[in-house]
Amino acid sequence: MKLSFTGWLRWFWRQLTSMRTALFLLLLLAIAAVPGSLVPQRGADPNGVTQFFEANPKLAPILDSFQLFDVYTSVWFSAIYLLLFASLIGCVIPRTAHHLRALRAKPPKTPIRLNRMAGYTTRTIAAAEPLSPRRGSAQAARAQAGTDASGAAIESARAMLRKLRYRVAIFTHPDGVSVSAERGYLRETGNLVFHIALLGILFAVGFGSGFGYDGQRVVVEGQTFVNALVNYDTFNPGRFVKGGNTLAPYSIGVQKLDVDYETQNKHAVGQPLDYTAHVTTRQGNDASVQKATIKVNEPLSIGGSQVYLLGNGVAPTITVRNAKGTVVFHDSVPFVPQDSNLTSLGVVKVPDGLSSQIGMIGFFYPTKHELPNKTFTSSFPGFNDPMLSLNVYSGDLGLDAGVPRSVYSLDISTMTQLTGGKTAVKPIELVPGATAALPNGMGTISLDGVKRYVSLSVHHDPTIGWVLFFSVCIVAGLLTSLFVPRRRVWVKVAAQADGSLLVEYAGLARGDDPGLDAAVAAIADEHAAQCGAVQHDDAAQQDDSDLEIHPVSEKIPEKKET
Amino acid sequence: MTTVLSQFSILCLYSAMGVYALAFIAFAMDLARRGALATVAEASAALPSATARRAQSATAASAVGRRGPDGASSTRVATATLTPGGPAGRGMEHDEVQRSIARSASLKVGITLLTFGFVLHLAADILRGIAAARVPWANMFEFSMTGTLIIVGVFLLVSLRYDVKFLGAFISGLVLVLLGVSTVRYYVDVVPLPPALQSYWLVIHVLVASLATGMFAIGFALSVVQLLQARRESLLAEAKAVKLRFLATLPTSATLENLSYRANIVGFILWTFTLIAGAIWAEKAWGKYWGWDTKEVWTFIIWVVYAGYIHARATRGWRGSRSAWLAIIGFSAVMFNFGIVNIFFKGLHSYSGL
Repeated sequence: MKLSFTGWLRWFWRQLTSMRTALFLLLLLAIAAVPGSLVPQRGADPNGVTQFFEANPKLAPILDSFQLFDVYTSVWFSAIYLLLFASLIGCVIPRTAHHLRALRAKPPKTPIRLNRMAGYTTRTIAAAEPLSPRRGSAQAARAQAGTDASGAAIESARAMLRKLRYRVAIFTHPDGVSVSAERGYLRETGNLVFHIALLGILFAVGFGSGFGYDGQRVVVEGQTFVNALVNYDTFNPGRFVKGGNTLAPYSIGVQKLDVDYETQNKHAVGQPLDYTAHVTTRQGNDASVQKATIKVNEPLSIGGSQVYLLGNGVAPTITVRNAKGTVVFHDSVPFVPQDSNLTSLGVVKVPDGLSSQIGMIGFFYPTKHELPNKTFTSSFPGFNDPMLSLNVYSGDLGLDAGVPRSVYSLDISTMTQLTGGKTAVKPIELVPGATAALPNGMGTISLDGVKRYVSLSVHHDPTIGWVLFFSVCIVAGLLTSLFVPRRRVWVKVAAQADGSLLVEYAGLARGDDPGLDAAVAAIADEHAAQCGAVQHDDAAQQDDSDLEIHPVSEKIPEKKET
Repeated sequence: MTTVLSQFSILCLYSAMGVYALAFIAFAMDLARRGALATVAEASAALPSATARRAQSATAASAVGRRGPDGASSTRVATATLTPGGPAGRGMEHDEVQRSIARSASLKVGITLLTFGFVLHLAADILRGIAAARVPWANMFEFSMTGTLIIVGVFLLVSLRYDVKFLGAFISGLVLVLLGVSTVRYYVDVVPLPPALQSYWLVIHVLVASLATGMFAIGFALSVVQLLQARRESLLAEAKAVKLRFLATLPTSATLENLSYRANIVGFILWTFTLIAGAIWAEKAWGKYWGWDTKEVWTFIIWVVYAGYIHARATRGWRGSRSAWLAIIGFSAVMFNFGIVNIFFKGLHSYSGL
């Protein structure tokens, strides 16, 4: 038979929204996430990707063509989770509709053969003597009394189940009356909340990454960062973020970075204990200045953004004078930390004012320590015995060609080394406050002092609150959907030939419900106590007679769970 | 002071390991004894036909299962396999088997030793915490120590309420191996917390992750036994010879599956919370609630696998052994995340201290 186009579509949609497909996509998603942990990712570890390309020049481009360095934004990974979410939507919508109907509906009719149901048990209420014999036969009177008694028994069962928060409905049968009760609608509500919250997270994250931005900026003690696009060292806008003056107007002045390093514990000497950046902030046109601190686990919240203390380092303050004594360079130059004791590497470029352009590659040691091979390293990150050592190069710094150059590196290919290395001239070594002569009588260089700098990271995510909200919904939905039992309970009262009443109790689990039998038994006991019923000894065995291997609940046609 | 306390701590830990080893032996003896009992019961019943033997073994299994919390469903299974008018004397031997297991000296000794080991282990953990003046789970060694402590604690707690004592050999063995590896390979001296870990989220995030691991460990063990039991049941159904006779004294595969599911969903909820707490902390410390860091990736993978497991139980054809395999894969991923990702993978969660 040939399917029409819409027939195919319908078939495809049914396949996509089937539980089996959802399960397959879930497992596929788990597998697809693995390569991202084996290969460095551009998002999490861009330097790792660069190194991987250098180490595996043949393999890397092949992996790259499969988007293996961008697994979590790749076409194939996105395809899996988008299909999964489509399947989820296709499942959640009909189930929500069904659940809304179920919330308004009465519990379904009591099954005819309760003894096939879980936890089946019976009690007997002895025949009541009619108080005031009416006209007519004794049998009719007994029947009337029986009806009254069964009405009372049913009413007490109904009231009891109501109190237990069951939804109840009374049905009459040829052989008696029954209460059909159902509870635990919250289970499905929780299930739907959980799955809708997953969708919510997906949308919130997507929206947030589109309209958010993050940027980094190095700020030396004493400097001020003004939140504007040009002032960021790096800036990653979301897809829909427009440049220009859309950033919240505020400024952050870094007064001081307090550092604290371990000195007592011999296993951890030099390990950082605390970093606290003391800052002053100013928002918008507000002239008032606020004091604040930023710590590693305590970001600063300002202008709808969060400002994090992500790193720190040293910035030696260097002054260069020419032969006439005129200052041609004065700045605190951020150095890049090379190890945990803050041995730091930096570049000083002096383009103007000297007889030729010079560049200097400097090492700064907060606590200098001489190695056997006569080179230095740092033995502690605090400024116990600081020293700056510089190698001077002269020549073209390449700044005039209009090509962007990193301030953290020096291209020495066209320059002449004047100190250190093979020049046989000792590198310039400076302690704070000291001044030394530059080679070839070019002038002098002084180390005025050493400041610390902080690396601030600014994140703006407009939907972070929504992500948190949906996360809370996920946990709440999960708890209710897994632990609130959805169950049906029936109580049926039937008059017997001798005028006594047989009360039957049974339940049905809708979903995982290990406490069902105990619950039915408790209901039976309490109800029997209220009605003065007794348990038949033979009744307890009766229920085993024709049970089947599978618990009854599994025979109910499976509903697809999303 | 710090050094003395941490030395006491490691002394307690070594003692705990010794006691765990003894507990493992006791539990192993219990399993051997169960095997012997099952064989004796089967032989003494001396039933002529394979059908009857099958019925008997199933009854033996479910008779034990009946004592479990899920008594109802296993009772149903038990009565279902009872052929009407079966040999009347049969019940006696099985009551005998059941009673023997209940008063099994080696099982009691195992649980007692495990509890004693747990107390020593707890002392080691607390001393380490006092020595470091912070929670004792800030590096790989401490995390192993606390994580295994929690696995044992969760097992002891669960076995108070559910009949899962037969997993004692697995739990004591697992903990012993993990502690062995961590004391030999991961030991580091007490060092202060780096600024990134100075947060109350360290207490919440890591503790809940360890609790989840404890639940997953129990769920995993139950799933393994479930698979063995399911295989045994199908062999019996075909009237073939079975090995691992101690299985006859354990709950049915259906009961084991339900128990495993309970353990795993508790673990799953705790894991979900771990994931969210981790994201909140990451937002505070790194400025990004989710950055596909390797540890985050694996936590996510584990979450998805267990989500798959829960869905599998509601999928036709996946209930039973197939879903059990997912639980096993899930716990393997948990162990991989703990043992391999922490040590060998580069990422922001580099707090192993190695």
